[in-house]
Amino acid sequence: MTTAAAVKPVDALKAIFRKCPVTGLKVDRTAENLIKFNAVVAVVCLLVGVLAAIGLVLTRWQAVHLLPAHLYYRFLTAHGLNMLIFFILFFEMAILYFAGPVLLNSRLPLPKMGWVAFVLMVVGMLMVNVMVFAGKADVLFTSYPPLRADPIYYLGVILFAVGAILVTTHFFMALVVAKREKTYTGSMPLVTFGGLTAAIIAAISLIHGAATYIPTFLWSLGLIEIDPQVYRLLFWALGHSTQQINVSAMVAIWYFLGAVTVGGVVLNEKISRLAFVLYILFISMASAHHLLVDPGFGPAWKVWNTSYAMYLAVLASMIHGFTVPAGIEMGQRLRGFTKGRFEWLRKAPWGDPGFSGLVLSLVIFGFLGGITGVTIGTEQINIIAHNTLRIPGHFHTTVVGGTALSFMAVTYYVLPLIFRKRVSFWKLAQIQPYLFGVGIVVMSMSMIFMGIFGMPRRHWDSSFAGAPFPVEFHPVVQVFQATFGIGGLLAATAVLIFVLIAVTSVFFGKRLEEADLKNPNLMGVPQGVLKLPPQAHEGAHVAAVHVAGARGTVILVGIFLACFALYFFTNWKILSFLWKVG
Amino acid sequence: MSVDKLHSGIVAPQGVWWKPAAQQERVWVTVAFVWCMILFASMPFWHFKGGQNPSGIRAKVAAADFQARTDRFVKEYQVGTDQGIPVVQAPAGSDLYLIGRMWSWYPVLKLKKGTEYTLHFTSMDVNHGLSLFPINLNFQVVPGYDYALRVVPNQSGEFKIICNEFCGIGHHTMVGKIIVED
Repeated sequence: MTTAAAVKPVDALKAIFRKCPVTGLKVDRTAENLIKFNAVVAVVCLLVGVLAAIGLVLTRWQAVHLLPAHLYYRFLTAHGLNMLIFFILFFEMAILYFAGPVLLNSRLPLPKMGWVAFVLMVVGMLMVNVMVFAGKADVLFTSYPPLRADPIYYLGVILFAVGAILVTTHFFMALVVAKREKTYTGSMPLVTFGGLTAAIIAAISLIHGAATYIPTFLWSLGLIEIDPQVYRLLFWALGHSTQQINVSAMVAIWYFLGAVTVGGVVLNEKISRLAFVLYILFISMASAHHLLVDPGFGPAWKVWNTSYAMYLAVLASMIHGFTVPAGIEMGQRLRGFTKGRFEWLRKAPWGDPGFSGLVLSLVIFGFLGGITGVTIGTEQINIIAHNTLRIPGHFHTTVVGGTALSFMAVTYYVLPLIFRKRVSFWKLAQIQPYLFGVGIVVMSMSMIFMGIFGMPRRHWDSSFAGAPFPVEFHPVVQVFQATFGIGGLLAATAVLIFVLIAVTSVFFGKRLEEADLKNPNLMGVPQGVLKLPPQAHEGAHVAAVHVAGARGTVILVGIFLACFALYFFTNWKILSFLWKVG
Repeated sequence: MSVDKLHSGIVAPQGVWWKPAAQQERVWVTVAFVWCMILFASMPFWHFKGGQNPSGIRAKVAAADFQARTDRFVKEYQVGTDQGIPVVQAPAGSDLYLIGRMWSWYPVLKLKKGTEYTLHFTSMDVNHGLSLFPINLNFQVVPGYDYALRVVPNQSGEFKIICNEFCGIGHHTMVGKIIVED
């Protein structure tokens, strides 16, 4: 690195930075603006997605059955795309701009490319939405051929993906620039490492995306033929891998929020980083989760791929599931909450939406999302889950209760730290993560129970009106439909509250001045911003806390493992009662 | 193994951080790894010992060929009609043929409890989902592919086939029937 040492940031570059009064970090102004723009578009997509969701909830709740069939499927298409692709990816682009240049004290290498990428993504997003709402792409999120959408729809997806891959590349460049210009010493922080993991998986996913959507675009123009089974394989190599971008980004946010809310520490850099590497190595194999009862693949392929090479990516999540709460426990113990096993948890800042959102996201993702996901992704158990409501029930606890909730939680820190605004409607903000968490859990569990009774997903009418043969569900399904509706509306309300808070704070919020930070009772600023907990500890007391260990977390992960085993083996038992099939 | 320095995830670690983990963390990683191996082993185990596997006999097939086979099958074994759809009862051990298309299942099948059949199915147009209601067995029906599963009904009664893959505006009306007799 001798040549690198010669490269020094020129003085003129100083003008592009401001210094953050809370963290002391230098913040590149273009990076900051790109964070703002991406976050704002993300919230707009979230709003579109949640409005569609309200229509869906009120339709599948058979007692209400609001929308006609064509609008139900159109809204379902719009909901999937705006939530799972646009909201999440725009937000993740913001995260990459934060985890790279900002956390590394560095500059954005190519500011103009940042804007080009942003415009491409926005144009792509608009093309897709216009086609969907014009009724020219009623093909649902997955657009399985031979269902065909207007070519402009596929082109929109491609433009959006090109923009995303530019941002990802830009992030890699920012890491190189920061290293060469020595804007930090040592290794990159763990949160940045998590962002890097997400970016690498994004690059892998987007290659599959190109392999999926470019041929499909050509097919939609009538130029080539495509095989529906090959499409399903490639689509899910994109579709499931993008979920692992979400997982990595979410875990990075867990470490970030753990640090800024209560001074959570990293127990061991090696273990946490190896866990991220396991994600990169094995995660794109999860395409198989969607193909377990497909005719195109044999048992050996299915078993090997669905398990991410013997569950090594699950191992990674189980590691983070321990190190994040244990790091929080250790951080709290270092701050003096040392009594018993759980004082650290009882005396945590539960009124800070950044902290409550983090904990709820962790619990919902782990206990509900993780356990149900691994179980229904087991080759044979998938027979009793495939395409039933158990599937959306599962992923609404991973990507919504987990990822989206962690994004909301971090927003309460992004508003003061990046937008430099106080959070509006602070009292509402304090209860928003709880409302959302409870709503999503009630809704998702209702979906899972309905799925166990054989209720199909993506289905307009569970009374099957007009079918040649009657289908009558067990009466208890009606109860679950009602709890599904109530949970869904509660979650949607919490999202609307979130959008209200975010939009109001950004555009009409009170500006946060440096002097304000001295007032410990200031409303609308999370406690971690008002007084950043210590981020580094040294001395004999550290050794004492470290030796005592995370005694509370050990109990929690033990309960987790017991729930996991119970759910997993119960499903095998249910399967064993059924017709012999093979 | 103990340390006297700790930092958060937003601090750049200095020097060598490749250090052994503390005991608690090592134990959890080991426990989690063992659990992952159990999860993995369960699948091959079920192939040898369990009764429900999605392997089947898998082949590519042209829609017209499958249609011709199904027509022969219906002609040979038809025993009646139900809602205008042929009801077909084939001898034990037979190959059964089932077609999914927008938005119906063809034909209606009549089976004997405790008897093994080989059930072939495919789609004539878009993807469909074969969901046997109410017992909740689910398989993907992909155009161009003949998925053949050996099935042994273990209870008698009337079962419905719900389509559970979105296949267009009439998706919710796509219901078929399988009758199992004692």
